[in-house]
Amino acid sequence: MQVLGPKGDTMADLTTNFIGIKSPNPFWLASAPPTDKEYNVRRAFKAGWGGVVWKTLGSEGLPVVNVNGPRYGAVWGADRRLLGLNNIELITDRPLEVNLREIKQVKRDWKDRAMIISLMVPCDEESWKDILARIEDTEADGVELNFGCPHGMAERGMGSAVGQVPEYIEMVTRWVKQHSRMPCIVKLTPNISDIRKPAEAAKRGGADAVSLINTINSITSVNLDSFSPEPMIDGKGTHGGYCGPAVKPIALNMVAEIARSEATRGLPISGIGGVTTWRDAAEFMALGAGNVQVCTAVMTYGFKIVEEMISGLSQYMDEKGMVSTADLVGKAVPNVTDWQFLNLNYVTKARIDQDACIGCGRCFAACEDTSHQAISMSEDRVFEVMDDECVACNLCVNVCPVEDCIEMVELPKGALDERTGKKVGDYANWTTHANNPSVSAAE
Amino acid sequence: MSNTPLTPGIVSARLVPEAYAHNFDDLDPVLDAHEAHVAADRCYFCHDAPCITACPTSIDIPLFIRQIATGTAEAAAKTIWDQNIMGGMCARVCPTEQLCEEACVREAAEGKPVEIGRLQRFATDRVMEKGVHPYTRAAATGKRVAVVGAGPAGLACAHRLAMHGHDVVVMDRRAKPGGLNEYGIASYKTPHDFAQSEVEWLLKIGGITVKTGVELGRDVTLDGLRADYDAVFLGIGLGGVNALRAAGEDLRGVRDAVDFIAELRQQPDKSMLGIGRDVVVIGGGMTAVDAAVQSRLLGAQNVTIVYRRAQEKMSASSHEQDHAQQVGVRIICNAAPVEVIGVGGAVSAVEFAYTEDGPEGLKLLADTFTLKADQVFKAIGQTLVAPEGLAGPKLDVTPMAKVWTGGDCGMGGEDLTVTAVAEGRDAAEAIHASFGA
Repeated sequence: MQVLGPKGDTMADLTTNFIGIKSPNPFWLASAPPTDKEYNVRRAFKAGWGGVVWKTLGSEGLPVVNVNGPRYGAVWGADRRLLGLNNIELITDRPLEVNLREIKQVKRDWKDRAMIISLMVPCDEESWKDILARIEDTEADGVELNFGCPHGMAERGMGSAVGQVPEYIEMVTRWVKQHSRMPCIVKLTPNISDIRKPAEAAKRGGADAVSLINTINSITSVNLDSFSPEPMIDGKGTHGGYCGPAVKPIALNMVAEIARSEATRGLPISGIGGVTTWRDAAEFMALGAGNVQVCTAVMTYGFKIVEEMISGLSQYMDEKGMVSTADLVGKAVPNVTDWQFLNLNYVTKARIDQDACIGCGRCFAACEDTSHQAISMSEDRVFEVMDDECVACNLCVNVCPVEDCIEMVELPKGALDERTGKKVGDYANWTTHANNPSVSAAE
Repeated sequence: MSNTPLTPGIVSARLVPEAYAHNFDDLDPVLDAHEAHVAADRCYFCHDAPCITACPTSIDIPLFIRQIATGTAEAAAKTIWDQNIMGGMCARVCPTEQLCEEACVREAAEGKPVEIGRLQRFATDRVMEKGVHPYTRAAATGKRVAVVGAGPAGLACAHRLAMHGHDVVVMDRRAKPGGLNEYGIASYKTPHDFAQSEVEWLLKIGGITVKTGVELGRDVTLDGLRADYDAVFLGIGLGGVNALRAAGEDLRGVRDAVDFIAELRQQPDKSMLGIGRDVVVIGGGMTAVDAAVQSRLLGAQNVTIVYRRAQEKMSASSHEQDHAQQVGVRIICNAAPVEVIGVGGAVSAVEFAYTEDGPEGLKLLADTFTLKADQVFKAIGQTLVAPEGLAGPKLDVTPMAKVWTGGDCGMGGEDLTVTAVAEGRDAAEAIHASFGA
């Protein structure tokens, strides 16, 4: 459906239907401090967020306790931009009944928004059965099983302690599906060697979707005066969960692995990990995520960023002629492949735009000191690529501070590659390459 | 206080006392740690960086900025001083917009260079405030060197010689060391007696004796110094000033801008200084700008710089010209003085002729105009007063054994503190090398 914007212009429809849960846009807040209480969630909905995953609830009884010193550590980029954040906070430390009451009230007032409840209880069927019965009454739209948190709860046999054992994931997911009619999302930990295994287990257990990634085991820094890891509690530190823009590449890869794997293809994915702008969200969706969950970006800039995410994704989809988010989801998945299938006859050469070049020479330093000695430098600081040395590694592009100053230009088929002395040929990959031992073995 | 900017004649106390404190305080205060961090983050750490090439002392600018960015301002200061022992003063007075910052690639990228000068000041101030002097002398060599002139060239030379273990005697005709840093730079550029603090800090290396009130040609002779010392460095600057060569130059109220600037620097209470209501400054260099700006800061009502050639030929940087115009100085170009007009022995006006700058040189046109003036500053260049046995316009000591030179008086003199420091330092290395043989 085409929706008209305030000025009568066409606007892409950002409404999403994720495993039967509708929300006005694909931007949800992840289970974390921003979704720990009614006050925050009401304000988030008012700001425009499409849904929330309420911060993880535990079993009834005495609530967990948090440390009373710093919970967060950080990694900064230039101008103190927050690039990575880690935390040692636990699940909600508020009483279960307070959370349940608030969830019910908020959902009643915001029917068009997605309300998911994150859960983490001990690994026995009774505990899960109990909690599911307790939350039934809230009219929440679904549950998310927190098998991801890497600190504190894992030591008590929950969180990533479950998420790292596919059999447990399958077992618990099965209990949840058995004792509840609610859609069930299984949140995965990245602290594992092959993300496909827990995703497969979740699917076998009957999960409606997986969400990933949860945070990554990390120490953000070491205080060189007190020699304690940060965040520091009374001179000591412990590993926390790392998130924010720095983890996005890891998350994108894991999302793509699940999206393209034979065993899990088609399993809905809620993408998490460093989503900061509409562009990040679009990338996750292109790799197969049906929606995204955000935390660090709102903890850095506040709820208002969702306005940019909505307008940005709408504009992008309009420009691409996409009318619904379904048009975007999974669009890049067919282009994710294994190294062995990459075209070894795709030849590019770096080209430096001399008008855009500001003469910093970083491309030269990178290529000369650490790569292929393929850039020349003149007395008057003109930098040029030597095609007979350039292997097209892209390092110069990546270290250049000027956007679009250096680009990789593809050599057309039949053109001479001055480095190899060979003409650019048709598609051919490693599986048929003469240097491949398995190829020569077959001959 | 009954005087105001409108009071005619040369009078003091035109402004309320607070106005002087405000006007002559730090023009560009030092960055705080956060500002320095943000500014340092902008540096791209260029390969073979253009800013280093543009710096007359070749300070490793990307390195010192990276050292600031990583929280080691002390190491940054050392990087600066290794090349330029007067890095603190240069951070204040260098025309960075024509040197390192003009060459900065971010000037090319965004028209906004990394604030190299201010970062340099951040690092050097921080360490100097702690009184730390990070250099020590090599084992004594027994060699003795006379340095004539305690300006930037002489002091840079002395410091480097002392580092190499030589004993240095620095002599200067003025009452205080520092040369133009002490007597020639506008007060608001180096407030809080920075020039003297820097000299004291520099002398902490030891092995340097400063003798003030000693004038070459009067108290000592070049031949005498050559006989008594193992080497002589001449950093005597330009002691003379050019004459206007216009009628009325001797009228009361007409004086050399360099004297005015020196007097202003030495007067702690600026309200004591007399200044005209209508001030005319003749010239187009930094001295002209410094005299004009400070006239305004002292409360002169109308201040006009008149320069005989086109504006782009003014040797004062465009940054300096902009600053002058911001404080209300008017700049008239292409006009030369023909007569200073007086009433009762004192200047009352200056008549100028418009000029044309052609292939045959500067031509005065018949068209003239007159500016009202109760004070006129001449800032049309300084000249060498050559010691006996040597001639100007610049000192060439190459044929003379055991004598080196540098700074404004030397062949490479460029009227910049930073160039003088580079030449003094390099002369010291040459002197040291000559001993080694």
